Amino acid sequence: MAEAILSAWGRLALPGVELLGENLESLSLGTTLSRGMGRSYGDSSLPARGTDRVVSTRLANRILAFDARTGVVRAEAGLSLVELNRLFVPRGFFPPVTPGTKFVTLGGMVASDVHGKNHHREGCFGAHVRSLRMRLADDSIVTCSPTEHADLFHATIGGMGLLGHILEVEFTLHRIPSPWIFMESERVRDIDEFLAALGRAAPRWPMTMGWIDCLQRGRSMGRGILMAGRWAEPHEAPKEPPRAAAELTFPVELPDWALNPTTASLFNTAYYWRHTQQRVETIVAPEPFFYPLDAILHWNRVYGPRGFTQYQCVLPRAAGPAAVRAFMELLTRLGGASPLCVIKDCGPEGEGLLSFPLEGTSIAVDMAISPDIQRIVDRLNEFVIAAGGRIYLTKDRFTRPEHFRAMEPRLERFFAVREKWDPHRRLRSAQSVRLFGDRA
Amino acid sequence: MKAVVLGGTGGMGRAVARKLAERGDEIFLMGRDAGDLARSAADLEARQPKNARVAYAVCDLEKPEGFAAALDEADRALGGFDTVVVTAGMFATQEALEADVELTRRLLTVNYTNTVVFCEHARKRLLERGGGQLTVFSSVAGDRGRKPVALYGSSKAGLSHYLEALDHKFHAKGLSVLCVKPGFVKTGMTAGLKPPPFAGEPDDVAKHVVRAMVARKPLLYTPAIWALVMLVIRWLPRFVMRRIGF
Repeated sequence: MAEAILSAWGRLALPGVELLGENLESLSLGTTLSRGMGRSYGDSSLPARGTDRVVSTRLANRILAFDARTGVVRAEAGLSLVELNRLFVPRGFFPPVTPGTKFVTLGGMVASDVHGKNHHREGCFGAHVRSLRMRLADDSIVTCSPTEHADLFHATIGGMGLLGHILEVEFTLHRIPSPWIFMESERVRDIDEFLAALGRAAPRWPMTMGWIDCLQRGRSMGRGILMAGRWAEPHEAPKEPPRAAAELTFPVELPDWALNPTTASLFNTAYYWRHTQQRVETIVAPEPFFYPLDAILHWNRVYGPRGFTQYQCVLPRAAGPAAVRAFMELLTRLGGASPLCVIKDCGPEGEGLLSFPLEGTSIAVDMAISPDIQRIVDRLNEFVIAAGGRIYLTKDRFTRPEHFRAMEPRLERFFAVREKWDPHRRLRSAQSVRLFGDRA
Repeated sequence: MKAVVLGGTGGMGRAVARKLAERGDEIFLMGRDAGDLARSAADLEARQPKNARVAYAVCDLEKPEGFAAALDEADRALGGFDTVVVTAGMFATQEALEADVELTRRLLTVNYTNTVVFCEHARKRLLERGGGQLTVFSSVAGDRGRKPVALYGSSKAGLSHYLEALDHKFHAKGLSVLCVKPGFVKTGMTAGLKPPPFAGEPDDVAKHVVRAMVARKPLLYTPAIWALVMLVIRWLPRFVMRRIGF
């Protein structure tokens, strides 16, 4: 039953044993962690030690109930978003919250408490979860919800799988008026204009996000493209449903040097000026709107064998636009950024005890692994701590435990709930060893 | 179609049942575990365009005394089925089988004797109503006596032989028999085994199988490359087979 090496999306590979099967109840007995499609970037889905058995939920993917009147779905934790969308978009339903990739499982969406372009309206995925069925550290199985074992429920939402194995998820799908998106995109000249534009767009649009050319310095620092959207009304939408896009695969692993400051800068300039008009309104399919990077499978090969990380933080609204500008200045000064840099304004903090977003501005940037990466992450984290922000565990691989403690005032509450349900910290990951001092 | 699927709760059977459900076919599930059947029935109901009810009955290939009753129940639920799909079966590695004679007896009985008995029950009912479709999962392992699958392969060789004969005998009477020979497919059954080249995904296999059922083909290698691979293997001289480990 062994696959000797397990890897994460950032191409971090560690020894580990993955158990694949269709019955999560039997698979999860006596195991230390569950993982879905391995799309978290860092070490959160990797085992604490190479001999630990990690449950792969991918084959446990049945829909157990669906009510077409209310949109309530109950499904096994391994059901993927790609499958969910394939089945339910044609019937006029869409998940209330989707992250930037469809290659995630329901269990992973809960464990990361994923957020999306509509966070300022809908919050995180966890806000729409009605109940969870879980295998706990003592091997018992319980159902928890906002009213039943509420402490366990809220610690599991965004809890990186450390409270128990998520076996089933019940949540509510939203109705959509058509399977198309009405999108407005706008070219933005610098970071100040970006923040103002995001602020203007939030009350008008249910979905917003922006791409930033984070290699630009000086007057053009933070230039980029703001994208805002809503589901198209039937009279606006084409009569035919969107056609499934051809599946392309990034064919080879590029050498480490292929993505460098020069090639990244060329890409960014071309991407920015490809948006020839100042503002464009268009009808687009959901796939390129929500999941632009999913169009090319294995795109992480572009970083070569060295791999990459994503630094994602949120700076609170109270810190003001000056903090975001200062962060961008620090980021461009430190270097290491790649073409992928995304900015988004977040709504209020959710109920998940370790859930990432808080009201403010989120910035996510991919960075190739380099000898400097620890120093860069440390410097960025010091800035985020001073600004009162925090980082997203699903992306993280390099944050130091003292930095995480300093940015996470809810951590003691999380530990208290974990102590109650898993006093011996049996459920653990490579990330919990690094950040929380769990035994390897 | 009005299809009975034996083994439709997991692996390739689950994938085939889903493809049929998404086409709008009516399905009756059979399997060993009532709880598992209920969960798979709910999954298929959610996938059917009209949310049609999916009924089920416990039917265990190790208990042939229950075959007739399960098929009676399927007939009642579907108002007479016209399609039977059998994907259930046992798998064990050659090492495990060589070490355990009782396991070998069980596997040979399930994969050959009892599967044939189940097909005989189904075949008679289909012929009584003028024919229909019988699809059964055998394996490429049955195409040639090979070292790593000597015992498992022999059970599938017998099954393939039977299915070919059924096609010869009853094709003219309206019974369409499809023998599916999957190569290595990444399912829970093969979890932990190192996937060889050309390993398939259950969804792709299911797509091929449903297409072959509709086209009323008698034989399907899936993924398709296995037809070529097995052609070569069938023609390899014995002295070569003795030397290679495949």
